[in-house]
Amino acid sequence: MSHWQHFRVWRGDSEKGELVDYPAEVNEGEVVLDIIHRLQQTEAQDLAVRWNCKAGKCGSCSVEINGKPRLACMTRMSTFDDDEVVTVTPMRTFPVIRDLVTDVSFNYTKAREVPAFAPPAGVAPGEYRMQQVDVERSQEFRKCIECYLCQNTCHVVRDHEENKQNFAGPRYLMRIAELDMHPLDTADRQVAAQEEHGLGYCNITKCCTEVCPEHIKITDNALIPLKERVVDRKYDPVVWLGNKLFRRN
Amino acid sequence: MPDNDMSAENVETYEYDVVVIGAGGAGLRAAIEARMQGKRTAIISKSLFGKAHTVMAEGGCAASMGNANPNDNWQVHYRDTMRGGKFLNNWRMAELHAKEAPDRVWELETYGALFDRTPDGKISQRNFGGHTYPRLAHVGDRTGLELIRTLQQKIVSLQQDDFKETGDYESHIRVFHECTITELFTTGGAISGCFGYFRNTGSFVRFDTAAIVMATGGVGKSYQVTSNSWEYTGDGHALALRAGATLINMEFLQFHPTGMVWPPSVKGILVTESVRGDGGVLRNSEGKRFMFEYVPDVFKEQYATSEEEGDRWYTDPDNNRRPPELLPRDEVARAINSEVKAGRGSPHGGVFLDIASRKTPEEILKRLPSMYHQFKELADVDITKEPMEVGPTCHYVMGGIEVEPDTGMATVPGLFAAGECSGGMHGSNRLGGNSLSDLLVFGRRCGLSAAEYVDSLGTRPQVTADDLNAAVERALLPFSSATDGGENPFVVHLELQKTMHELVGIIRKEDEMEMALKKLQDIATRTRTVSVEGHREFNPGWHLALDLRNMLLVSLCVAKAALERQESRGGHTRDDFPVMDSGWRHVLLVCSALGEDNVELTRKEQIPMRPELFDLFELDELKKYYTGEELGGHRAGGADS
Repeated sequence: MSHWQHFRVWRGDSEKGELVDYPAEVNEGEVVLDIIHRLQQTEAQDLAVRWNCKAGKCGSCSVEINGKPRLACMTRMSTFDDDEVVTVTPMRTFPVIRDLVTDVSFNYTKAREVPAFAPPAGVAPGEYRMQQVDVERSQEFRKCIECYLCQNTCHVVRDHEENKQNFAGPRYLMRIAELDMHPLDTADRQVAAQEEHGLGYCNITKCCTEVCPEHIKITDNALIPLKERVVDRKYDPVVWLGNKLFRRN
Repeated sequence: MPDNDMSAENVETYEYDVVVIGAGGAGLRAAIEARMQGKRTAIISKSLFGKAHTVMAEGGCAASMGNANPNDNWQVHYRDTMRGGKFLNNWRMAELHAKEAPDRVWELETYGALFDRTPDGKISQRNFGGHTYPRLAHVGDRTGLELIRTLQQKIVSLQQDDFKETGDYESHIRVFHECTITELFTTGGAISGCFGYFRNTGSFVRFDTAAIVMATGGVGKSYQVTSNSWEYTGDGHALALRAGATLINMEFLQFHPTGMVWPPSVKGILVTESVRGDGGVLRNSEGKRFMFEYVPDVFKEQYATSEEEGDRWYTDPDNNRRPPELLPRDEVARAINSEVKAGRGSPHGGVFLDIASRKTPEEILKRLPSMYHQFKELADVDITKEPMEVGPTCHYVMGGIEVEPDTGMATVPGLFAAGECSGGMHGSNRLGGNSLSDLLVFGRRCGLSAAEYVDSLGTRPQVTADDLNAAVERALLPFSSATDGGENPFVVHLELQKTMHELVGIIRKEDEMEMALKKLQDIATRTRTVSVEGHREFNPGWHLALDLRNMLLVSLCVAKAALERQESRGGHTRDDFPVMDSGWRHVLLVCSALGEDNVELTRKEQIPMRPELFDLFELDELKKYYTGEELGGHRAGGADS
């Protein structure tokens, strides 16, 4: 069973671009990425799209479909009416390279700014002991496939280029939370989360959680607890007094 | 087309001590090691950093840490690996792998990995096919993602150290992502560099280096139905061949019995073996559990003969035999293939895998959450209510670049290979869980050996201008073919996949493979003249046009070697030679390239196993695999008994 569907795909580069109309054949069971591939094989051999695993596991094919940030490989054509126009555009928060491919280097820059896991001194490899219940919190965040849909959708940077400098974005604030909750990590991360990575910009609208294809509760389980830890540190009277007396930072 | 005029080409040039091609588990582990040895290291990745195919690995990473069963040790792991490979493995690689895997896993914890835990806080280990004891370190069913993220984050941490020292994150280790290498350079027979293009701009780049670690993964994209991603076009295999290296064991491909067959968008994606381990059964269109018909004689003693007995095994394994759905992967894949060919398949050309009638919805959701998720979101199938449709899918290539086991060096000085693109470690069939450990063990070894090799050199070989010009010319060929009316590369690719799928697939026959070789010759001509439209920026048609020649060369190796080996063993099944022949066990088929699209095949004797390793096996077991005269050295007196 197949039918023809009206596709509109953004074509262009960093300078200019436009939506181009394509009639596309759609077969039962297909996803948006299949249709993009069919267009490549037929009438648009040079249509650029980034993809890898085609199984929702690598997070490469992030685009916006009818305005919603989605993975093209996980968006089934059966979710649209046959006569609905399907519009596919590149992620808006990142600069376009060509067609549906964007320059996501912002994310790699931010990844490098988060200090790495700080292993405990004097614990030899093979001697690490952790309880399942304790690793599970960080494990939820390590399900992240780095599709950057949360980074793309977060309103702090989506239409605010000026905030990119000071804001790590949900993915990397979650990375800080992950390390902070790692049972054996020895670094102190809470003050930096607020002061260097822009945790304060987040006003918990949960847009990141909504678009996460891994269904990670980014806001509830990572960002809010991290905010609470920061607040505890900053406004705890004992800590405040200690800082005053001993001039720790 | 002035845009593509070669004389105007500006080729960006870099110089590194070590260049690692491929950024999956093996490549990243190699790069970490080379950098730790103080070498300036480049990592070249065809896709974005952190997206490599390693993320798809589910089950786990095999290492005899003995956390779940203290009887486990490297010797047991070694024996399991050799058995799995039907004793065709490079035994030295299997030995190193079994000995070093635990250290490689523990090391990941110091990089920040978070594996699932045992009640006493150690790394949890799970059971898997062919492993005597629970041995796979895992994180739910996303172990590969954990591995790649951990290695990626370790590289970032090394870059942070370098930043503190030099003020530059990339002073010692740099990732060039979305960069495809199309040519290796040798000078005086040794590696001198490599050449490629950046996907986003289409501009050319050259790396001058004396040591290259190949870590490019597998070849699945030569097949129509595969669990592999687009990157698996056999680049490393083909680049090495063209640089003068050799491939071994290319006839051995692992077809996983249960891949999704519907919808088309996900055809080939893996359905984990745990579905059957947890009670799932295979049925044909008549509703019959057909696997009972397919138990081969050598396994008759170990498998149930009735459904009742098989069903009792799940709760009482000591007094019952296991159901035939749990036969080795190659047996199950062949059985499914036969049922479909006999017209008893499911509507979309597979068979039914039924867990819904066997377990309650609650049990299924608890034990197979990701499979539930996968079928619900991709196929709109609720596996708690209806059966899945599954069929064999091309999963892993056992064959690869022939390397020296301790150093990972290929026959070309300065070329090293680790992970799936190297050959020998897994013999004729790989055990589940042994690939993640393979890439850690040999990734590290290759990084180390590459560093030592560079130190041992007096002067480094220099890339010649002629070689560079030839590489530029070849890379641009698809644009000039456009004026001569060459074919669309997508069309030629589909034809190649169809040929390999239909004629050199799971079950092979002489006449079919001969036909495949004829077709491949035709495809070779067409591959040379495929044409692409448009510009060089992120142009998928051009990328495919260049990948296509790698897939072609690798397919030729598979077809030629498969035609030559007149027996059935592991991932190579001959309809016309259905039994394993011990006369073939010690024979390795070695491929070398004759130009861009022809392959020469030679035979080579496997080096006999070291006596103390040989003695780890009982004579009775070895008799099933070895010829009489080979058994002479065994402690039990071999040939005489």
